[in-house]
Amino acid sequence: MIMIFGIPGPLLFGQLLLGLINGAFYAMLSLGLAVIFGMLNIINFAHGALFMMGAFVSWMLLNYIGIGYFPSLILAPILVGIFGIFLERTIISRLYKLDHLYGLLLTFGLSLVIEGLFRNGYGSSGMPYRIPAMLQGATDLGFMFMPNYRGWVVLAAAVVCLATWAIIEKTSLGATLRAATENAPLVQAFGVNVPRLITLTYGGGVALAAFAGVLAAPIYSVNPNMGSNFINTVFAVVVIGGMGSILGSIVTGFGLGVIEGLTKVFYPQASATVVFVVMVIVLLTRPRGLFGKAA
Amino acid sequence: MFGFSRPQTIAFLAMLALIIVCPYVLYPVFLMRVLCAALFACAFNLMIGYVGLLSFGHAAFFGMGGYVAAWTMKTWHVDASIAIILGGLTGGLLGLCLGFLAIRRSGIYFAMITLALAQMVYFFCLEAPFTGGEDGIQQVPRGWLFGFIDLSNDMTMYWVVAAVFVGGFLTIHRIIHSPFGQVLKGIRENEPRATSLGYRTDDYKLIAFVLSTALTGIAGGTKALVFGIATLTDVHSSTSGEIVLTTLLGGLGTVFGPALGAVVMTSMENYLAQFGAWVTVTQGAIFMICVLAFRRGIIGEIGHFLKLRL
Amino acid sequence: MTISRRTLLASATASASVLPLARARAQTPTLKIGVLNDQSGPYTNTGGLTSVICAKQALEDFGVSAKGMNVEIVAADHQNKPDLAISIVRQWFDRDGVDVLLDVPTSSVALAVQSVVREKNKVYLNSGAASSALTGEQCSPNFIHWTYDTYMLAKSTGGAMVKAGGDSWYFLTADYAFGKQLQSDTTDLVKAAGGSVKGASLYPFPGTTDFSSFLVQAQSSGAKVIGLANAGGDTVNSIKQINEFGINKSMKVAALLMFITDVHALGLDVAAGLNLTESFYWDLNDRTRAFTDRVRAKTPKNWPNMVHAGCYSATLHYLKAAHDMGAAEAKKDGVATVNRMKAMPVEDDCFGKTRIREDGRNLTPAFLFEVKKPSESKGPWDYFKPVIATAGEDVYRPLASGRCPLIKA
Repeated sequence: MIMIFGIPGPLLFGQLLLGLINGAFYAMLSLGLAVIFGMLNIINFAHGALFMMGAFVSWMLLNYIGIGYFPSLILAPILVGIFGIFLERTIISRLYKLDHLYGLLLTFGLSLVIEGLFRNGYGSSGMPYRIPAMLQGATDLGFMFMPNYRGWVVLAAAVVCLATWAIIEKTSLGATLRAATENAPLVQAFGVNVPRLITLTYGGGVALAAFAGVLAAPIYSVNPNMGSNFINTVFAVVVIGGMGSILGSIVTGFGLGVIEGLTKVFYPQASATVVFVVMVIVLLTRPRGLFGKAA
Repeated sequence: MFGFSRPQTIAFLAMLALIIVCPYVLYPVFLMRVLCAALFACAFNLMIGYVGLLSFGHAAFFGMGGYVAAWTMKTWHVDASIAIILGGLTGGLLGLCLGFLAIRRSGIYFAMITLALAQMVYFFCLEAPFTGGEDGIQQVPRGWLFGFIDLSNDMTMYWVVAAVFVGGFLTIHRIIHSPFGQVLKGIRENEPRATSLGYRTDDYKLIAFVLSTALTGIAGGTKALVFGIATLTDVHSSTSGEIVLTTLLGGLGTVFGPALGAVVMTSMENYLAQFGAWVTVTQGAIFMICVLAFRRGIIGEIGHFLKLRL
Repeated sequence: MTISRRTLLASATASASVLPLARARAQTPTLKIGVLNDQSGPYTNTGGLTSVICAKQALEDFGVSAKGMNVEIVAADHQNKPDLAISIVRQWFDRDGVDVLLDVPTSSVALAVQSVVREKNKVYLNSGAASSALTGEQCSPNFIHWTYDTYMLAKSTGGAMVKAGGDSWYFLTADYAFGKQLQSDTTDLVKAAGGSVKGASLYPFPGTTDFSSFLVQAQSSGAKVIGLANAGGDTVNSIKQINEFGINKSMKVAALLMFITDVHALGLDVAAGLNLTESFYWDLNDRTRAFTDRVRAKTPKNWPNMVHAGCYSATLHYLKAAHDMGAAEAKKDGVATVNRMKAMPVEDDCFGKTRIREDGRNLTPAFLFEVKKPSESKGPWDYFKPVIATAGEDVYRPLASGRCPLIKA
């Protein structure tokens, strides 16, 4: 058996792969945050709560109307996205002219309310959600036993991340979006309804969080605190990648998942802290993050 | 002498009167909790309100101040005054180290780097043997002040905490109204101009940060003495978040706002405790309303209405 | 005497207060029971409002008003913060005239309020916290640990697993006081029974949601049993992932602290086959079923687990003792009340007959359960089949080795 740093090689490969899987969640969540920050200039602290809502909505769809996993993979993000649009129209849109701080505080309050309401309704122990029959079981990769569902998560996350990146960077819709963030009045003058564009962007970012939530439901228990466990790390990912950078958040999300995975082998106690160590180092050497544009 | 305007003097006297009367009406231990939180919020306000830098890591200084005060009280049996001062020194020293790194960044990046550094401090507190991990340092004696005042009585302790708070409050006010404070405000309004006038703005910001963290450490040390316990809760990032909300609720950059914010927040935590899960919902809703409708905070809105600077 | 001076002062401030405390001065003093637990965080379902409901049920079953007693129950959420808990408890004792502190899950909080209760000479009946230190080095004459502790869990679950051939262990441990204690208690028992420990992963608590990395490490250690030294949502998540990675096929899973409420959250298809220990299960016998029938309507979504049952049993026994010695006496002296409770035999629907030891340990029986397969479950919350029952006298840490300062040999 090959040994790397005193750890058997297969174990290390396994850990790298698992890190990548976790990275998939970080990437999807931070992608949504980055899109929202880039277009709306809002630091969406409610992202974790909306992620949790995605999981809960898919649970409700299954238990109240019997809609299974795959349809809810589409339906739940749409429903939560509509909820996001409602939030944006009613409250968040009032803050665009203000300092970041206020957006952060408002969405923080929002997440407290959402999580508290779910806790009142469903308790905190969590709800069971089964892995869909098609994706049960595991595949032997030689160096580890890989659950099929995790493979699906990485695949789905990679596709969604790439698609989002392509929409924003390669399509005319994306070009309009980017232009609107640079100079909204000018784009408006070309006949584009910029406020609606912004609303839809927020809805899209929220839908991404909800999508991640549905993917997470069978792995983690569907419980009201599931989002707040993630949110600090995801913020770190966004900052390290460069605030508002789409590519940055995707790459950093996967990258940090791997770093965290390795820490879990060598010094597990620190695995929640290591992202912050990376963040300090990056901010001190590259103030705008790894992929951020220079000021 | 502290640079109070007339309405501020009236407000200050009213606050003093409340501090003196309240323990005879309300429960002193609860009031001490309020006063510690109030000093913490005032110290925090020094950074956000007067330097314009949002620190998301102030819990590190609050909690470490508490740990050091509690540890020295329990292990070395030092005088209460020494323990509190050591708490302040710890906060200040830690502030100097972390501030040295953080102060080079501004805006949201400053917030994030302080958050990250505070997370590392949290990790240190979790793993270091002297903090007692999750259990914290428990059964810390309140001990004696100046060797002859027994602090185990709640009322005696209350007057000490009140004195610490008023002292800290006046110190902060003095700092703000000194020439140094004027430079800070200049930096907040227009940093490049302050630089071009020949001020080494980073040094000013760092000094302000150290002052703020030292006072935060004093608040943390005092709280540890009051409750006889120093725990991870005070170092946790949620405490950093709470103090931002406290200060915002009272009014950023106002003299009395942070203290009032602390009164409201602590009362909510205390009196809503019986409503269970509705606490977070209520708190969340209050923050949202505050951000949407009363952005100046309670004192800020009152001041705006009366056309006064409070 | 600082205590008497402070009590004087407290009553002076209390009478000057605006709070309606006048009632407490009536002829039969009102006894107040304060339920302090997590009502909004991760342990809401294991304690929370169901604990309050069970305590109220004890009032009803004892028939307090028929016996001419005035008893009130107040409740608060400690949010798992020790300093907040101390603040609430002090206020309860000094101002609100609370006599009994009940439930208090989360070991760090449970330890933090211990000294306050002792200082104020009140009664402290803990059902929710696990730490065996509460009746060990941290024991107190005002304290009874009612329902379970880390030693008992380790002995019941750990002992049985070693006997069944699971003689090499790997621990998945939450990196805080409770997790480490559960691990060390279990390690001692495993070694004493001739087993070995192959390793452990200490993971950050709170905030870890993904356990796959640790599970793979556990699997490659070659141990036969994976011991979960964690609680609540962490346990639920780790078991879900154990299932996903098929680790339960090659290793035995010992959930060292798990409640029926957690099994409910997992679902039987995932939880089936797990071994866990509780001192109460609603479907054990006619008496437990009768008790459950009484409270079920009041808490339909969250059936009672052992912590809830412990709150009921402790309240009932306190009421018996207080009635026996007179409410005025019970209100005056916490140590005397606790001593009376220790002297009286305990009996109720939840735990049957038990005895409270000198160090404050209530010797409840321990039941090792196996979680049923979905096909075996006949109705709602029909989750457990009993495997082994161990008498309370045998399952708790021997009095001598607890190092409780109250016990002078």
